[in-house]
Amino acid sequence: MTVDLKYLFEPKGVIVTGVSSHPGKFGSVALHNILSCGYEGKVFAFGREEATVLEQKVITSFDSIPSNEVDLMILCTPVGVNEELVRRASEKGIKAIFCAAGGYSETGEEGLKAEKRLVALAAELDLVLAGPNGQGIVSPPASLCAQIVAPYAPKGRIAVVSQSGNFVSSFLNYANQTGIGISRSVSAGNAAAIEIVDFLEWFAIDPATDVALCYLEGLEKGRDFFERVKEITKKMPVVLVKGGTTTGGQRAAASHTGSLASDSKIFEGMARQAGITRAPNIESAFEIAATFATQPLPDGPRVLVLTTAGGWGVVTADAISQSSDLVLTPLPRDLEETINELLPPRWSKNNPIDLAGGETRDTIPELLSTASKHPEIDSIIQLGLGIQGNTANLVKNGKFYPEHGLERIVNFHEHQEKRYAEASVEASLASGKPILVASELATTQPNNPMVRNIRDLNRLCYASADRAVSALNHLVRYSSWRNQSN
Amino acid sequence: MTTASESESRRIVENAGIPVSRWKVASNPDEALNAAREIGFPSALKLNGPSIAHKTEHGFVKLNLKTEPDLLNAAKELLENEVNDSNLIVTEMLSGSREVIAGVVRDPQFGPCVMFGFGGILAEAIADVEFRLAPITSYDARDLISSLKTNGLLEEFRGEEALDIDATIDLLIKLGELAEDEQILSIDLNPLIIVDGLPIAADALVELKGETT
Repeated sequence: MTVDLKYLFEPKGVIVTGVSSHPGKFGSVALHNILSCGYEGKVFAFGREEATVLEQKVITSFDSIPSNEVDLMILCTPVGVNEELVRRASEKGIKAIFCAAGGYSETGEEGLKAEKRLVALAAELDLVLAGPNGQGIVSPPASLCAQIVAPYAPKGRIAVVSQSGNFVSSFLNYANQTGIGISRSVSAGNAAAIEIVDFLEWFAIDPATDVALCYLEGLEKGRDFFERVKEITKKMPVVLVKGGTTTGGQRAAASHTGSLASDSKIFEGMARQAGITRAPNIESAFEIAATFATQPLPDGPRVLVLTTAGGWGVVTADAISQSSDLVLTPLPRDLEETINELLPPRWSKNNPIDLAGGETRDTIPELLSTASKHPEIDSIIQLGLGIQGNTANLVKNGKFYPEHGLERIVNFHEHQEKRYAEASVEASLASGKPILVASELATTQPNNPMVRNIRDLNRLCYASADRAVSALNHLVRYSSWRNQSN
Repeated sequence: MTTASESESRRIVENAGIPVSRWKVASNPDEALNAAREIGFPSALKLNGPSIAHKTEHGFVKLNLKTEPDLLNAAKELLENEVNDSNLIVTEMLSGSREVIAGVVRDPQFGPCVMFGFGGILAEAIADVEFRLAPITSYDARDLISSLKTNGLLEEFRGEEALDIDATIDLLIKLGELAEDEQILSIDLNPLIIVDGLPIAADALVELKGETT
């Protein structure tokens, strides 16, 4: 059954424990992050000594906290005092605890006992317990940055859960870089009570979330994970990076099947069967999740490549033909005839559609609109944008600008880039099909007007065609899986 | 754990609807000869009994016996091993140049799993096999087959038909159903020979829970 986690991510008030006048203490950092990222609920800072920290009065008992106005407590206090604090907070009506404090099962036998006591206490008091030994929670829809590390992230549709707190930070760093934002993020810590799959289950019913992004190291209950995740992926894509290996144990060794079985092989098979989108590394995991968050799901594998010039289209076609799930579809005859009317005869007349420089100011928007509506095309990869923006940038920084009519031409180039970016997103939204724009300018020239416009429209500009092909491949595979499972 | 005899293993998978090469049990060379006449030459002869795994390594397998004297000699030779509680099994020699492997294993984390992959003497070296958790759907089975790296080898090849994907999916689903029987610890169908596109088990080895009976 799905554990209700709304009090973790949408609390109406927060208590932070372990706050002191030392600004480097975890409690003080968490308090700082909550207060400075715009959280609007009531915030109470609890510490051993009365003080004023970050213009906030530090309380030394919960007596002054009104009942039922605080849902969440962030524990940054030592193991020895936490159980007492949980009891006192429960009396004030809190519903959820994030235990950032360490010193639990990760430290050995004594810590494990304390962790078990904490879990039992939370169960007794009917409290949701996340952690211990985690970095915290970030929930941009609630303007909440309740974590002992940076960064905060822009609001978006990706929910992150990680067994490593540092990878939460990595994903949030990418969110800041790309502008593709986060709905929730949580560092699961020791996951003593609330496990990774509990978070995933709640994300699947969370209206703020469209896709989950997960870093996983070990699993305790593999079969249970599988049975639950394959229900989750029917509602929402789950992008997963797996680190390390799961505990193996003994399999029937006399059999060939047993000797061919390895943890990674079985995990891989399980992941495909559960509809999990498995990413090879952190960077591509974010990019794939960001693609799910910003593009419609394709209905099928047929890709059209649209390029302003030759080489880009050729290597993209190569990448598509080497992909596992994509098809470089033959150019439909009626579409070819339509394009003949838009372009001089030197265009490629096949897929990739290579405009060969024959386009006029309106060709690309018209082509995108027409091609995206075609029933034999499921998705489009668009290449060669940003050339005019590149020219504009060089001219702008040159010594002749803005004289000699250069201001006018720069404005034209920039305007065209804006139109192309808008046309791409509009065609995608109107047709309900993914349209991915790829250009190295995404990283080599982030201030290129094309790149900026794509970003402002809340989409990714992929740094290479290979990366766009890889992300699209995952969308197609997931879409196929979801169609069979529903 | 106990290793079922080849005949018992074959009976288990056959009862589940999985195709195996024709076979017959014999207790002496004369019975073996009659069985071979029925099945047809060339045939294969193996020592049959519980707890006989890795028959090839122990020299308990005589393949491609073309004549009646060959078969009688092979039968006598095998019986000289005097393995307790054993007899002979005569099987059809399937003709096909490509082999696949399929099986069942119980994973401590994920429970019963179905395996399928590229088979033959190079199977363990190439290790191009994939697993899915039992039970499996036809979508899972199809996805498993298509995710093999060497799946090109299963297409039409030197005049031989391509692997019948639907028949293979059916086989894998049936293996998945068998895997749900908790008495079954593992199954090896190694090799399955592709005959006219159909994968047929030339050998079967089932490991069962509990002590040898």
